[in-house]
Amino acid sequence: MTVVTVADTQIHVDAEGFLTEYGEWTEELAVQLAERIGIQLTDEHWKAIQFLRADFPSHGETATLRRVSTLAGIPIKQLFVLFPGKPAKKMAYVAGLPKPRGCV
Amino acid sequence: MTTTDSTPLVVPDFGDEATEGRKLAIICSKGNLDMAYPGLILANAALGEGVETHLFFTFWGFDMITKSRMHDLKFTMLGNTATHMPQGLGGLPGMTAMATHQMKKQIHDIGVPDVPEFLEQIVASGGHLWACRMSADMMHLDESDLYEDVEGIISAADFIEKTEGAQLLFI
Repeated sequence: MTVVTVADTQIHVDAEGFLTEYGEWTEELAVQLAERIGIQLTDEHWKAIQFLRADFPSHGETATLRRVSTLAGIPIKQLFVLFPGKPAKKMAYVAGLPKPRGCV
Repeated sequence: MTTTDSTPLVVPDFGDEATEGRKLAIICSKGNLDMAYPGLILANAALGEGVETHLFFTFWGFDMITKSRMHDLKFTMLGNTATHMPQGLGGLPGMTAMATHQMKKQIHDIGVPDVPEFLEQIVASGGHLWACRMSADMMHLDESDLYEDVEGIISAADFIEKTEGAQLLFI
């Protein structure tokens, strides 16, 4: 685990760069993380990210695309537009959560 | 940017370039409920990883995309030793219905969609569904009998052509 400083905040990240401490995430940080993977956050992005953040403590793991789509009401197609290529992993990264481990 | 890194910040490699041009072809040839899922799950996983994915439904796999049957795939214990139940039991009246009901419940309980909804999710994720020409001819079915998001009824040769360079799974 490595400690890095982003936007004047110290954060713990794993070898790939994903945050490892749920409590270290802030909205300002999310903007920075998104920028690093080429994403400018819009209201639609925030809706997904805020769902992921709110869902994680009770669900105990990062929501999969299907879970985000069915529970947050964002169509899967749109998630692929918002977070192109690998939406589930990219959302998790910006939301400061581990990669989803569910299959579907 | 107001970033002052103490240690250089590692940004995850989402491998966008590596997956560019990667393709997966999945041939679904089975119509049993339990054999429908491997192809669907792998297709969904591949799409989530940015891999261009094509599914070809052939022979019994046609049931997965035939409107009148896709909601009603079944699971039978017969011939399946992995249930660890006496084979004779599987042949009793009502056993297939019971086993199917049980499996559907287990699938539902872990939040995995049923077959039609799963296909919808695959298409929404950018997946391509193709129906086998020979199967359609044998079963006297045409586009109107098939799930609406099937892109076409094509020959095996057409599928091979469309999936040039793809990794292939036969299920």
